[in-house]
Amino acid sequence: MARIELRGIRKQWGAVVAVEDMNLVIEDGEFVAILGPSGCGKSTTLFMLAGIYMPTAGDLLFDGARVNEVEAKDRNVGIVFQSYALYPHMNVKRNIMFPLKFKGVPREEAERLALEAARMVRVEELLERMPAQLSGGQQQRVALARALVKKPQLLLLDEPLSNLDAALRLSMRSEIKRLQRETGITTVLVTHDQIEATTMADRIVVMRTGRIEQIGTAEDLYRRPDSLFVASFIGAPPINLVEGEAADGRLRVGELTLELRGDVAGAVVLGLRPESIALDGAGIPARVVDVEPMGRETLLLLDTPMGPLRVLQGGASVPYREGDQLGLTFAPQDSILFDRETERRLADVHAAPPKA
Amino acid sequence: MAVRQRVNALIFLGPASLLLFFFFIAPVVVDLFVAFTDMGRTLKVTEFTTENFERMLTRDRRLSQTLAITFVYVLSTLAVFNVTFGLILALVTTQVPDRIGGFFRAVWLLPRMSPSVIYALLWAWVIDPNERGLLNQILMNTVGVGPIDLMNDRPMLLIVLANGFIGASMGMIIFTSAIRAIPQHLFYAAAADGAGRLAIVWHITLPAIRWPLSFITVYQTLSLLVSFEYIWLITDGGPFYDTTVYALYVYKRAFENGQYAYGAALALVLVAIGIALALLMWRFFDMKRLLQQPRIEVH
Ligand SMILES: Nc1ncnc2c1ncn2[C@@H]1O[C@H](COP(=O)(O)OP(=O)(O)OP(=O)(O)O)[C@@H](O)[C@H]1O
Ligand SMILES: [Mg+2]
Repeated sequence: MARIELRGIRKQWGAVVAVEDMNLVIEDGEFVAILGPSGCGKSTTLFMLAGIYMPTAGDLLFDGARVNEVEAKDRNVGIVFQSYALYPHMNVKRNIMFPLKFKGVPREEAERLALEAARMVRVEELLERMPAQLSGGQQQRVALARALVKKPQLLLLDEPLSNLDAALRLSMRSEIKRLQRETGITTVLVTHDQIEATTMADRIVVMRTGRIEQIGTAEDLYRRPDSLFVASFIGAPPINLVEGEAADGRLRVGELTLELRGDVAGAVVLGLRPESIALDGAGIPARVVDVEPMGRETLLLLDTPMGPLRVLQGGASVPYREGDQLGLTFAPQDSILFDRETERRLADVHAAPPKA
Repeated sequence: MAVRQRVNALIFLGPASLLLFFFFIAPVVVDLFVAFTDMGRTLKVTEFTTENFERMLTRDRRLSQTLAITFVYVLSTLAVFNVTFGLILALVTTQVPDRIGGFFRAVWLLPRMSPSVIYALLWAWVIDPNERGLLNQILMNTVGVGPIDLMNDRPMLLIVLANGFIGASMGMIIFTSAIRAIPQHLFYAAAADGAGRLAIVWHITLPAIRWPLSFITVYQTLSLLVSFEYIWLITDGGPFYDTTVYALYVYKRAFENGQYAYGAALALVLVAIGIALALLMWRFFDMKRLLQQPRIEVH
C-alpha cells in the first residue's frame, strides 16, 4: 500500500509532449480513475507510475520517497495491460506464478499464493490452460491475478475492460471494485469510459492533451465541472451548451432573456444537463422536433427560443410527439455558466428562467 | 470439381516440383550412378563397381580425420557464431536506439554483400604473418605480443572465425525480426513483474523466438556441412589437411585429383549425413508443429 504523489511531472519524446505539469496525490488505499479522450496521455502516466517510462521532469513519490529512477522491477507494482500481455508460452498457473519467481518465494508457497490469487478472480479451473485457449474475459482475470499475486503496493489498470462485451464488462467492473475494497491496494484505473470511471473510482482525474483538467468525485465533475471540456466530456447524453451575453443581471440567450444570479458580464456559455430540464405546460415555449427512445429513458429534441435543446425524460415512452408545443423550465442551481473566453466555469453564477 | 482440384495442384506445384527434380533429385541420381562406376578424368565409364565404397571404408586414411575436422568446424562455428553470436547481436542491437542498432547490423551484413574473393583477401591481409598484418599490428601495439601466424598455428580457429563472422549475420537478421515481432507489452509486463534484463531475455525473448532459433540451427548446420568456399579461398584446406572439411575433401578428390567416381561416392555419404541430421533435428526441435500453425501469437 502506498501514497502516491506526482509533482510537476512531464514526459516528452523529442518534440512530442505526452504529459505536462501533472500534479496529483493519490492517498493510500484510494481508487483513482484517469479519464480522458484517446491520446491525452493516460497510458503514459500509468507507465510512469509503473516505472516503464521515466519522467522527463518532475518528481514521483511513493510514500514520500522519490522513485523517478527506480526501475519497474523494483517498484512492486502490479499492472494489467489493455492487451493483457499474458506470456503466451506459459500456462495460466505459470503466468500467475511468474512475479513470485523474482521475490524468492519458495515453489510450494508460490503455488499456494497463485491458487489463492486464481480463486480470487475465479480462474482456478483454468490453471493448466494456455493463454491462447482463454476467452478475453478469462485472460483479463488471469492478468488481474498475476498483478495481484505479489501483493503490490500499487495496482495499475490500463483500460482493462475495453475488450470485453457489455455484460462481462459490467460484472468485471464490480469484481475489480470488490477486489480493491478487499485488498485495500492503492489503485489507478485508466479509461476513456466515463461510466467505468464514475462507477468504480473514489476520485476521477480528467485529462486533456497531457494536462489534468480537473480532479474530483463523480458528482464534482457532473455538477461542478471546472471547464467546458469537462462539462461536455462527462454525462450522457451530453450537456446542452448555448452561447449567451450577460449584462445588467440579465442573460441574453438566442431570442430569450434569462435572469442572472451572481455577478457576471460579457460572453458566456450556459450549460444545462438534459436531465435537469423539466417539461410542463408553462415556462419557456418549446416545440418537439424528435423523440428518441433510449430504453428506460427517452430523449427529446426541442426547438426553443434559446436554440435546440436535448431533454431527457424518465420512462420508456412519453406522451409527446413530434410537433407538440410544450413549456420547459429548470432549477437555477442546475444551470452552469462558463466564461466563453477562458472556457472556465463561473462559480456561484446561475441563470434562472424568466418570470412568467 | 475433383478434376479442377487436380489441375490446380498441378499448376501450383508444377514449377516447384520441376525445380526440385532438376536441382535436387536429378543430381542425387546422377551422383548415385557415378558413385558405382570407375569414372575418372576422361569421364569414361568402363565398369560398374562397389570399389569406391570399399576404398572409403578400408583404405582412405584421410577420411576419419576429415570427418573429425568437419565435426569440430560445424559445431564450433554453429555454437559460437551462427546461433549464439547471431543471437547476441540481435539482442544487443534491438536494445540500443534504433539508428545505432541498424548501423551495427549493416556493418555485420557487409561481408555477406561483398564478393567472397574480396572477403578472403581481407582475411589474408588481416592474418598476414609478418608485422604488416592487421591482427599483428593490433596485437603488437596493444598487448605487445606477436607477430603470430594464425594460418599455421591455429588454422581451425581461423576458418571458424572467417565463416562465423559471415554466418552470424543471417541469424542476426532472422532473430532481430523475430524479437521485433514480440509485443512490447510482454517486456513491460515482465519488467513490472520484477524480471531484470537477463531474466527477460531468458523467460520472454528466448521462448518467443524458439522457432526461428530452431530453424537457424537446422539450416545453418546443413549449410555449414556442405559449403567450403571461404575455407578453400583462405586456407585451401591447409596447412597440410588441417582444415580440409568433408565438402572440400570431396571437391579435391573429384575435381583436383580427377577421381570423379570416388568423389561421387564421398558426396553420396555427405548427402546421407545431411538427410540424417536434418531428420534428427527436425524431430528434436519438433519442427512439424512449427509448420502446422502460425507460431507468433499476437494478443
Ligand atoms: N513511445 C512514444 N514515442 C512518442 N510518442 C509517444 C509514445 N508513446 C505515446 N506517445 C504519444 O503521447 C501521447 C499520449 O499517448 P498515450 O498512449 O499516453 O495516450 P492514451 O491517453 O493512453 O490514449 P489511448 O486512450 O488511445 O490509449 C500521444 O500523442 C502519443 O502519440
Ligand atoms: Mg492508452
